[in-house]
Amino acid sequence: MKTLLAELRLVLRLFQADVTHNRKRIALTVIAIGWGTLSIVMLLSFGEGLRQSFHVNTRGMGVGIAVVWPGATTRAWAGLPAGRPIQFTDEDAELIAARIPEIDGVSREYATRRGVSVGEKTVNARVRGVDASFGAMRNITPQPGGRFLNERDLQEKRRVVVLGDELAQDLFGSQDVVGRTVQIQQSTFTVVGVAVPKTMMGMYSGPDKGQATIPATTYKSMWTDHRMSNLIYRPVSPELGDQAKAQLYRILGGRYRFDPADERALGVWDTRRNQQITDNIGLGIQMFLGLIGALTLFVGGMGVANIMYAVVQERTREIGLKMALGAKARQVMAPFVVEALMMTAMGGLLGTFVGLVIITAIGLVPVTDDALAFLGKPTFSLPIAAATALILGSVGTLAGFFPARRAAAIQPAVSLRYE
Amino acid sequence: MDKLIELRDVRKVYSTGRLEVQALRGLDLEVGRNEYVAIVGPSGSGKSTLMNILGCLDTPSSGSYTLSGEAVAGLDRNRLAEIRNRHIGFVFQSFNLLPYATALENVELPLLFAGVSAKERRERAAAMLDRVELGDRMEHKPTELSGGQMQRVAIARALVNRPTILLADEPTGNLDSASGKAIVSLFEELHAAGQTIVLITHDSGIAKLASRVVRVQDGQIVEDVRAAA
Ligand SMILES: Nc1ncnc2c1ncn2[C@@H]1O[C@H](COP(=O)(O)OP(=O)(O)OP(=O)(O)O)[C@@H](O)[C@H]1O
Ligand SMILES: [Mg+2]
Repeated sequence: MKTLLAELRLVLRLFQADVTHNRKRIALTVIAIGWGTLSIVMLLSFGEGLRQSFHVNTRGMGVGIAVVWPGATTRAWAGLPAGRPIQFTDEDAELIAARIPEIDGVSREYATRRGVSVGEKTVNARVRGVDASFGAMRNITPQPGGRFLNERDLQEKRRVVVLGDELAQDLFGSQDVVGRTVQIQQSTFTVVGVAVPKTMMGMYSGPDKGQATIPATTYKSMWTDHRMSNLIYRPVSPELGDQAKAQLYRILGGRYRFDPADERALGVWDTRRNQQITDNIGLGIQMFLGLIGALTLFVGGMGVANIMYAVVQERTREIGLKMALGAKARQVMAPFVVEALMMTAMGGLLGTFVGLVIITAIGLVPVTDDALAFLGKPTFSLPIAAATALILGSVGTLAGFFPARRAAAIQPAVSLRYE
Repeated sequence: MDKLIELRDVRKVYSTGRLEVQALRGLDLEVGRNEYVAIVGPSGSGKSTLMNILGCLDTPSSGSYTLSGEAVAGLDRNRLAEIRNRHIGFVFQSFNLLPYATALENVELPLLFAGVSAKERRERAAAMLDRVELGDRMEHKPTELSGGQMQRVAIARALVNRPTILLADEPTGNLDSASGKAIVSLFEELHAAGQTIVLITHDSGIAKLASRVVRVQDGQIVEDVRAAA
């Protein structure tokens, strides 16, 4: 190591000599490495953007929640026949909250399609009646100046509504409409909040942006004969999801007299699974893109190795001389590896710089299109920098190592023979 | 007399494809401390082959070689490199200086491979260049030096790590007669100061100056004459 450092000055000078010697070839190789680096940086950065967008968007419907619909029994149980439909009541929600410690949030969801009007303008929208905990669980965030439904809204059966961003836009031509009123079924509702726009990768009954959300109690007072559409619950922690689900079957099975092992009695959508899967897919895409980039870089590495082989050839005599003066294999090899690493580093810096310029430029372009928003913005991060540096380092080391090994195998007597 | 070099029945066979060339055919040679040996012989007689073996650049096909008490046969390449670094100083006909490095850096090389610190390297290399009267050319590149000067840099490089033996293969072969003479008298001075030297030459005038002349022919020693002390 000490001799390597001491020789660095000589190596630099050698490199200089090689550069003037093979100017064109080295320039092309550095560009090839730069191109490879650019591909890696761009692909990984796009992958990262996509992964992050996946991550956020799969959580658009809420993190780790489960949706439960009433089903129908498929087995006879406790003297009752199979094929019996289940229906949820308000007490079910209370029972789940009270009796299942693995669950820390429950909300009812009643729903119907109705005309929602502002003046002459009517939009046919999904109107849902929910509990106050629904907003946090379902990731419905109010825009500044507004709020989601609260407990008092429910207790007092207030005529208040939270609008999806698109619905607000369609009705009012604006999203800044807190305090304004809308008509639903000849009743006047005050807008207390408008939801922040979000992209949802998973959903049931349409995206949240087009829905009007009102207190479940208000809903029931307006449509007394409606049955509950579904329940939403959230386990205390993701690990407890399976236990929570088992408890749910046990508690509701006891109440409605169905076999807790009768899967179809309830329809449960456990979003944890999807989120896990999409996270893995995101990671998979990321790795796949990285691999493609690495292969591109590998081609550049071949160029470097090629040059280094030629350089070893050209310097055969000099290598023999160094050996005669007492250079060991390591001392013969080091300069070639260092030289290859320098070429790789130059290309790497070039590629990274260009990549960062492109990424920054893309970041400055505003995205309005939904599909583009879904793709996310290319994001350069420290791990990407580290991965790129690691790949570059390996490519450079390999590109130097094999030619260097050939150099170390040179027979000094033979290389010095021709005077 | 200390034996520095001891060759016993050394043979060297080069096989190039089908052909086998017997470059050395059973050669015995002993060289003691502070000897000045000239090796002479016709072209192709095996002188350079002998020097390669003496300098541990190559190993004999058979026979034994003991250098400074250590048997050289069967050592690995790194160990041989160490021995060359420690015991042998090479001077070649074509100088073999690194063209992109200064005279000083060229002389520092053996010390670099020996792992000597930068400061000591500089001092010792500079002192050695002074010794060959090139103290004012240290920062010059080889292309800025005359042939005689380049060969003196090479000699400084050969001597800088205080080798047991100085090995020179036709050191004056590429020089005009004046520069050649200067090199030869430098060798005589070194010998007088105690340096063991093995010198290969075509020039009988130069060979005469050595304390011992070994004549090689067809890969064998045919004559070994010591000058009267
Ligand atoms: N690496 C090699 N491969 C094959 N044959 C070789 C090799 N090195 C030397 N020889 C052969 O061995 C013989 C001795 O060669 P060597 O170089 O030792 O001669 P020399 O006495 O130094 O000659 P000169 O005075 O011309 O330098 C020659 O016939 C030569 O062709
Ligand atoms: Mg020769």
